Amino acid sequence: MTFAGHYAYFVTILLLMVGLFIVIARSNLIKKLIGLGLFQTAVYLLYISPGKLIGGVAPIVGEGFEVYSNPLPHVLILTAIVVGVATLALGLALVVRIKEAYGSIEEEEILGLDADDELKSRDRS
Amino acid sequence: MLSQHLPILLVVVPLLAAPIIVLLRRSFPSWLVATLASIATLAIALPLLARAVSEGVISYAIGNWPPPLGIEYRVDAANAFVAFIVSLIGVFVMPYCRHGVSSEVRAEEHYLFYAMMMLCLSGLLGILLTGDAFNLFVFLEISSLATYVLIAMGRDRRALVASYQYLLMGTIGATLYVIGIGLLYLQTGTLNLADLAVRLPAMGDPRSTLAALAFITVGISLKIALFPLHLWLPNAYAYSPSAVSAFLAATATKVSIYVLMRYFFTIFGETVVFDARYTGVILLALSLAAMFIPAVVAIFQTDVKRLLAYSSVSQIGYITLGISLNSVGGLTAAVAHLFNHALTKGGMFLVLGGVVLRLGGSALDRMAGLGRTMPIAAFAFVIGGLSLIGIPGTAGFVSKWYLVTAAMAEGQWWLAGAVMLSSLLAVIYVWRFVEVAYFREPPEGLPPPGEAPLTMLLPALAMIVACVWFGLDASWSGSMARAAAEALAGGWK
Repeated sequence: MTFAGHYAYFVTILLLMVGLFIVIARSNLIKKLIGLGLFQTAVYLLYISPGKLIGGVAPIVGEGFEVYSNPLPHVLILTAIVVGVATLALGLALVVRIKEAYGSIEEEEILGLDADDELKSRDRS
Repeated sequence: MLSQHLPILLVVVPLLAAPIIVLLRRSFPSWLVATLASIATLAIALPLLARAVSEGVISYAIGNWPPPLGIEYRVDAANAFVAFIVSLIGVFVMPYCRHGVSSEVRAEEHYLFYAMMMLCLSGLLGILLTGDAFNLFVFLEISSLATYVLIAMGRDRRALVASYQYLLMGTIGATLYVIGIGLLYLQTGTLNLADLAVRLPAMGDPRSTLAALAFITVGISLKIALFPLHLWLPNAYAYSPSAVSAFLAATATKVSIYVLMRYFFTIFGETVVFDARYTGVILLALSLAAMFIPAVVAIFQTDVKRLLAYSSVSQIGYITLGISLNSVGGLTAAVAHLFNHALTKGGMFLVLGGVVLRLGGSALDRMAGLGRTMPIAAFAFVIGGLSLIGIPGTAGFVSKWYLVTAAMAEGQWWLAGAVMLSSLLAVIYVWRFVEVAYFREPPEGLPPPGEAPLTMLLPALAMIVACVWFGLDASWSGSMARAAAEALAGGWK
């Protein structure tokens, strides 16, 4: 249980928490997405780092290749990266549409505008 | 020959329909392809369900790579039944979209709407059938991404914000799930669910298993909208196009509930989840909170769509209550309510969609005198409401009956009282609609709106009729729910 042995896990958890904090604490919709991206990326590290062995090579069946790294986490994370990119792209596209519709990307202002609309529609009825 | 490929066909048919629709681009042919594809999925899901019930577990190796190395699709009575529910709702909703969508989505986006519906359907069916933990995550994201787009297509600008919020919460939920299966993979070296179910008990319950259980539970609960993780749901259902609200309310949360049941009972096993710690008590407390608090919030809504959305959160509480009882009876009640609530809430949203089309909005005030101006829709909506309350003769009663019997079998008599009390709250929010629709004068000076077009009215009425049908004769749905519950509790050994 050494610090150095668990170094990758500490970094992972730190990045996870930083990402989650940004998503919760920031009001700017773009910054929230940056936090979300960080949160997802930290998970990639959780998968990749245990798959690597010091001195390990690619998994080739043959003479002289005894210690090898596990390739499966890399493949999984390639998929997860694609999913993450798609999510981020969709999130950014939504922010563009929100900016067009509301003229703002600050969550508090947007919720304020919605609350105004609500009051107006109630006055009318 | 073809019959052995049913599990993969169920996912591939809607998945292929999506790009075909994008190539067609015109509204009518897109709708036709989407409708045919959804009918095809039901035609595949039915024989699959029949086979799963009679033969037990069906294993399908993708690309002929034998599991656990290759990706496996594993079908038993539980996921075949939920897949049947999802494709059944698809068959009701797709014909409805023809007119239902025309007023709510811009004409040049129609083909994208249908393509997204197909991707969402394909993703949901994939989540159900796959026997691979990571594959499940990919399908979860396919269905979620399609859902975010569908919600953002609502004509109100608040739909965009609702979709953005759901995107944040949904992605956090899915990422927590990935962390959970990452921890399981590090421990066991396998991602195959059946293989995990064999290897995990041999490990005892080290802390990393418990961490994985916690991450998976919270991640999937976000997708279920289990109270208090439901904050994304009311806006998402309220501002999305009506057909999307109906489809999501009837399928998306239900599929996630299936995933939770699968992890609790088949993979971790009830000894790890329930016997050794307080999961059951926590789930019970959250379910009770879900049954009461959102139901009270629903009473004060001024918009009928939001009212139904909060009622959905409250009804999810009944399903998780069944899970928390940790018995085959409780699971039967959970699966039965999953089916019955899908029919009820899907039908109510479809009826409401027709009303919104004619009245131009879903505010409760606009529905004054609806009992006279749109008598069929108002009556169908009330029948759906009775099923939400759980009046005998409707589907809602059957599952509440199962739930109360299961609670009593566990000696939890007071739970029966809690279910009754929360049903009284449902009486209040359904009554608000009845009062406005039947006891107020229709607005003067406006031409009477008339009923919704037949393509919308018929699917909506069909679902409401089904809801009464399965309330009067629960033998088929009850036996399916029991078979599903036994499959979940029995495991894949």
